[in-house]
Amino acid sequence: MTEGIDRQLPSPAPAVVPETEPFWAATAEGRLLLPRCAACATVIWYPKGICPECGSLDIGWVEASGEGEVYTFTVSRRGEGAYLDAGPFVLAYVELDEGPRVMTNIVGCSPESVRIGLRVRAVFDDTGQGSALVRFAPVER
Amino acid sequence: MSIRGQAFIAGAYEHPRRKIPDRSVAQIHAEVAVGALADAGLSFSDVDAYFTVDQTGLGAITLAEYLGLKVSYIDSTLTGGSSYLVHVGHAAAAIAAGKCNVALITLGGHVRPAPGVGRAPGVGTPHGPFEEVYGVTTVNNYALAARRHMYEFGTTSEQLAEVKVAASHHAQYNPDALLPNVVTVEEVLASPLVADPLHRLDSCVMTDGGGALVVVSPAVAKTLDRTCVKVLGQGEAPKHTMNGRVDVTYTGAVWSGPMAFAEAGVTVADVDYASIYDSFTITVIETIEDLGFCEKGRGGDFVLDGGLISPTGRLPFNTDGGGLCNNHPVNQGGMTKVIEAVRQLRGEARPEVQVPDCEIALAHGSGGRISSRMGSSTLVLGREDA
Ligand SMILES: [Zn+2]
Repeated sequence: MTEGIDRQLPSPAPAVVPETEPFWAATAEGRLLLPRCAACATVIWYPKGICPECGSLDIGWVEASGEGEVYTFTVSRRGEGAYLDAGPFVLAYVELDEGPRVMTNIVGCSPESVRIGLRVRAVFDDTGQGSALVRFAPVER
Repeated sequence: MSIRGQAFIAGAYEHPRRKIPDRSVAQIHAEVAVGALADAGLSFSDVDAYFTVDQTGLGAITLAEYLGLKVSYIDSTLTGGSSYLVHVGHAAAAIAAGKCNVALITLGGHVRPAPGVGRAPGVGTPHGPFEEVYGVTTVNNYALAARRHMYEFGTTSEQLAEVKVAASHHAQYNPDALLPNVVTVEEVLASPLVADPLHRLDSCVMTDGGGALVVVSPAVAKTLDRTCVKVLGQGEAPKHTMNGRVDVTYTGAVWSGPMAFAEAGVTVADVDYASIYDSFTITVIETIEDLGFCEKGRGGDFVLDGGLISPTGRLPFNTDGGGLCNNHPVNQGGMTKVIEAVRQLRGEARPEVQVPDCEIALAHGSGGRISSRMGSSTLVLGREDA
């Protein structure tokens, strides 16, 4: 089955608040920013205005490599909300090379070819509202 | 201060219906409240504490008014499906502290539909925008855990299916069960994949319904004719994504279990019966490992050969048919977990599934979603003379 390789998934716009605006603005430019604590240098996920390791409110941003590997995944066959009629899609956690495991979709390959440990790189799907969803596609070998 | 022996469950009632379109949510609460108080031999005027999750925006107050309660203690803690185990623990602590003597706990409502098209993803929570835009649902979230558990420990779909098979064996004796038919491993595997590796039959039922409990002080328990159940210990623990280091292979039971066992002064070897939250088959596998019934990663082996089937299995579980086959009212199965544990300790489970001489029972709830954020609670109960 090759369905899913070129298929475009729904890209609903996320709710953006001032705390997370730099993250989403960067995605619209095709860049993946990660929050990092200015006090203890912990990389933070999900983006938020406090360091959950040390409690500091002084949070900066660093640009991520955009690469990582699949920690776990599923081929989801029954969507809800914007995904109601999306057909089968891959929901996954990708462990970024910077550490955090982020929820995402795996695209650019057939769902059947996804494996735990697969090397992937970020791709950015425009929501049309000043943000892009950060999905991941296999790194070409 | 420990709650051990400081409170007793005197009344328990499960709404017999699974589809209740002709009742309002508040009416269902009223029906189960009446049922549990009648079971205990108490009346509304005896109730001085009220526990329910917030369904109205004003905590327990809306329903306290509807029921006509005059109480001096309220609690609307919400930890998802585990809320009602937390409520029993909190009620026992409040009774032990002298704040109240008769606590009523109610659950009622209709099945919650999935969100429709047009709902803005992630509004209202800090994490939502980073998850909901990717199409996460309850079932595909649990599937993420099942996949990783298989990868790390070699767990198989056949082993997951055994959990459903055991639940169905019990449900056949429950005339109120939504799904009373015994199913086989093959039938589970042949049911449609919803989010692989989870099939439709790896999932719990979705039902209207409700239930209620009455928790009382030792002094009140002494005055009642009804057989009471002793509260021995309780633990509660949220588990979340831990700043991007989410590990989907274990649950908050790794923390709530030891707390409850320590307070109760018992170990897994003492447990005669267990109600284990069964939103999905993987929930049971991970939970029995985390509670210490088997080594981490061996849950799949533990459930083989009828390991969960009462009364002959290694760990008789969910003898009402559980959330997988009997009832999962309002997507919150913690209430029915406690109720079946109470039936077992009273010797009032269905005869075919009653554990002989059941002295110590455990009930465990898992709220929320196993692969992101969840609320776990473990309750250890004993016979009145335990
Ligand atoms: Zn820090």
